[in-house]
This record gives sequence, C-alpha cells and structure tokens, in this order.
Amino acid sequence: MSELRSAIEQVFRRESGRIIAGLIRVSQSFDLAEEAMQDAFASALSDWEKKGIPENPAAWINLVARRKLVDYARRNRTQRDNQDQLLYETGQRATAEPESNSGNGCEEMEFQDDRLRLIFTCCHPALNIEAQVGLTLHTLGGLATREIARAFLVAEPTLAQRLVRAKRKIREARIPYEVPAEAALPERLAAVQAVIYLVFNEGYSATAGDSLVRRELCAEAIRLARTLHELLPREPETLGLLALMLLHDSRRDARVNGGGELVPLEEQDRSLWHSEQIEEGLYLVEKALCSGSAGPYQLQAAIAAVHAEAKTAAETDWRQIVELYGLLARRNRSPVVALNHAVAMAMAVGYEQGLEEIHRLGASGALDSYYLYHAARADLLRRLLRKEEALAAYDRALCLTANAVERRYLRRRIAELNM
Amino acid sequence: MAADAHGQMGVQQPGLGNDLKGIRCLSAIAQRGTLMRYMMLVYTQENQNATPEEMARVYNGHLAVQQETKRRGIFRAAEPLQTTASATTIRVQDGKVLVTDGPFAETKEQLAGYYILDCADLDEALEWAAKIPSACGGATGCIEVRPIRPVPGPPQPGSK
Repeated sequence: MSELRSAIEQVFRRESGRIIAGLIRVSQSFDLAEEAMQDAFASALSDWEKKGIPENPAAWINLVARRKLVDYARRNRTQRDNQDQLLYETGQRATAEPESNSGNGCEEMEFQDDRLRLIFTCCHPALNIEAQVGLTLHTLGGLATREIARAFLVAEPTLAQRLVRAKRKIREARIPYEVPAEAALPERLAAVQAVIYLVFNEGYSATAGDSLVRRELCAEAIRLARTLHELLPREPETLGLLALMLLHDSRRDARVNGGGELVPLEEQDRSLWHSEQIEEGLYLVEKALCSGSAGPYQLQAAIAAVHAEAKTAAETDWRQIVELYGLLARRNRSPVVALNHAVAMAMAVGYEQGLEEIHRLGASGALDSYYLYHAARADLLRRLLRKEEALAAYDRALCLTANAVERRYLRRRIAELNM
Repeated sequence: MAADAHGQMGVQQPGLGNDLKGIRCLSAIAQRGTLMRYMMLVYTQENQNATPEEMARVYNGHLAVQQETKRRGIFRAAEPLQTTASATTIRVQDGKVLVTDGPFAETKEQLAGYYILDCADLDEALEWAAKIPSACGGATGCIEVRPIRPVPGPPQPGSK
C-alpha cells in the first residue's frame, strides 16, 4: 500500500504539471482542473490497488480526470452558462481510449503547448510577483500549498489566499491561457525566467527556514528551467539561466558549514562541489554563448563557470571574471554588478586598485547606506591589513543588514580582526 | 446565437467523435465570440502647462485609438472629464446627505477620462491601453484596466 502511495506521489510530482495544463485548457478553469486531477489521483489509489499500476500512469490519470470534468459538467447542466460548452469538448475527447493517447505525436505536441500556455499564464505580469511564484510552483511544479508556505515562511492560509486571489483575477480579468504573440514574447519570456530565478534564489539564499524545503525549491527551479528550455529551445537566455542555477547549486554542500554559517567561495572545500552539475553547467554555458549575443543570465553563468573551472581559489582566472563583469555592467547598471566588478578587479590587478574603484563608485554617496558597499570595502581593507579601517567598515555594514546569515559572517570577520 | 452554438456542441455526432480538430475549431470560434468589456481609467496629473504642440499630440493619440477601435467594432465609449476642481462628493450617512467640495480622495494622479472597449482578453485590453495617451505637460500618467462585471438578471428565488 505504501509502495503504491509513493508510486502515485511520484507520478504526481513528475506529471501533474503536464496533466493539469491540458485540463485547464479544456475546462477553462484552474479550480475545476485541479479538482478533477485530485479526484483522478484519489481514484488511482483505489483502482491501482486492485488492478495494479497501469502501463502509462500519466495517461490513465489524464483520461480519468477528463471524465471527471464531464461529470462536473453534467452535474451543473441545469445551471450551465455559456462557458460550460467548452466542457463538451472534453466529453468528446474522453471517449477515446487511453491507448490512442499514448505514443501519439500529436497529443504530445498538444501537451507541450498546454504547458507553455500554463507557464505564461502563471507568470503573467498582471499578477503580483508573489502570486506568480506561488501559482507556478503549485500548478506547474505540483507543490502543495503547505510546502510552498513553508519554503517562503508564510502561514499556509496566507499562501492559500494568495492562490485563490490569483486564480480569481485570471478568471475575472480574463488573463489569457495563451502563449503570447511574437511581439510580446521576449518581455514575457523574461518575466518567466525572472520567476524561475526568484524561486531558485529563495531556495539558495541561506536565510532561515527548512533547509530540505529550500533544497527542493532549487531543484524545482532547475526543473522548471529545463521544461522552459524543452518547450522554447531557441532561447539562449533560458540556457544561461539553467546553467547559472546548476553551477550555483553544485556548491550547495560546500557553502554552509556544520554550524550553519555561510562559507565564502574562496574558503569552500571544492571537493564537495557536485561535478555532474558542473559538467552540465559548463556545457550549457558554452552552448548558450555560441548562439548569439550574451544576455545577463549567460554572463552570470559564464562567471560562475570560471569559478567552477578553478581547482583552487588561487587558480581563479580573475581577469576573465573582470571582463565578464564589465560586459554585465554595460547591460545592467545595478550597484551590485558594479561592486562585484570592482572586487574582481581587486583580485585580478591588486587590492589597492580595487579599493580605489570601490571608492570611486561610492564617491557620490549614493551607496553609503548600502550594506554590500561597506562589506566589500571592509573585505579589501582587511586583505590590505588596514585593520582599524576594516573594522569600521565591517561595523558600518553590520548596521545596515538584518539578514542573520550575513550578520553572523560579518561578526566572525570582526572577531578575527580583534584577535 | 449562443444557444445555437451550444446545441451544436452538445450533440454527440458519431462522425465527429474522433475528429478532435474539428471540435476544437468549433470551441475556439465559440470562445472568440464572447468578448469581455473592459474599462480603461485614464489618470493624469492635472494643471500641467502643456504646449499647444503637446496638446495636439495627446488629442491625436486619443483620436487614433478611437478611430481604430471603432473601425474594428470594439469601441463602446470614451469621454474626458472636467478637472477635479469641478468635483463634488456626496455621502449619505444615517439618512443625511453630506456634500463636500472636491474629489473622493486626493491623489497624485487624477481620473481624467475613460474608455470602454470590448476585448478578447486582458492581453488585448492591455495592448489598447498602452496606446491611450495618459501623460501631458511633462508629467507622468497611467491607465488602470478593469474588467466590467457582467450583471446577471435579478436573483431567482430558490437559486443560490
């Protein structure tokens, strides 16, 4: 029984995104689709126990769920409105046997289109970003509201409410269930990539929360990027994003020590890095960069790749990193990029020059209340053995961040300097 | 019209049973037929000193959107409002009518006019909204897009 349960759970995690995408199209409703799919999985539990697991479990679930949709339509026939006519389509489709669905290339294509529609609807800019993330993880990733709530440290009812509101907006404002038109595609694709990267970062930034769930979020973001790449293969930025996440995720076991403290890149035990992920990441970066002009994800992935290729921190090719940050800074004028550029210069050319560059960036005073500015300054002052100035800069940085992990790291540096 | 489509879809046609494409086409047509009404609320900063050239540009922008949406048969209405200096707000409290000078709320940008258009979905509505001029005299403006709620008949006894 528990074996069956775990088999069903596996089918759910792997296939629910595909299945629900099609159900939403035919029912034109996120809620009906979800209900039908849940009912179908419940039927699977009793049916498969008696008859064994079918050869194609996903096709079985899909067929049963579509029949459920027809049942709901019959149930509501007396009060049906215009919209319900779409349900009749389901009636026609569900009469086909599951065998005719499996191995049919047409059907497979349709699945893909539906999943793409689902991605773009979930990540529609008319929904707020929290709703986009929640809806994507819930419908496409098959994560339960409980799991998402835990990962984002919000109460489960809050998250559930967020999803209800998002689905209501989709229905009431009629956010289309369509792949955007060509003209809007680049912008909308960037929005999807941003949601995926946000999911990853939420899992990766080691703030509080359940570490298992956070690891799961990183894995889910990688899975979503793979899906997006599979569906729209000609987008080098999707490949760049996937590579970037793989390369970062490869360091997950090395970047936090036994005490839960963040270990900076140069102090990480590189034997703990996951080599398969690095290999795939390196391959994908190269593939992406070959296919045209390098976007921000590709450039960040390329930077991560240079780090991944260095056997020891000392062997890091900082000159190449300086160059890549230079390209990135030209596209993205964020202070984080500019600061990282300066830090890379410090490592490549010399601490003095790097510090000069950082001071040049901060000359206007715009970065004065910015934690990273002082942290980066402090780090270079420490390396230059200018202890008093370094301490002052670390203190200033400490005043400017509330993040527990960052604060612990800064305190450790201060303690080391005071020893 | 809608009822006819409905009947057609409901009938189980043996010849059509596996012709999924045909059915999908029907449903796509049926869906395209139902348009959603959207209201575009135009917010601008009042009392900006626009040059005559700028005013002409804004005027022509509105004209272009109205002509194009009329040509496509999706235009329902569009009107500008007098400035909020002319607004009066009334509130009925405990049966008493309270009249005050000015708009309901003081905001940085003020409601200056509206459009009502029939669109297939939000994406189409947003596309049109992006073409409606909302900035004038160097100030920024914005358009709020809201679906208009269809009002069903009065509630029937016995139904929820």
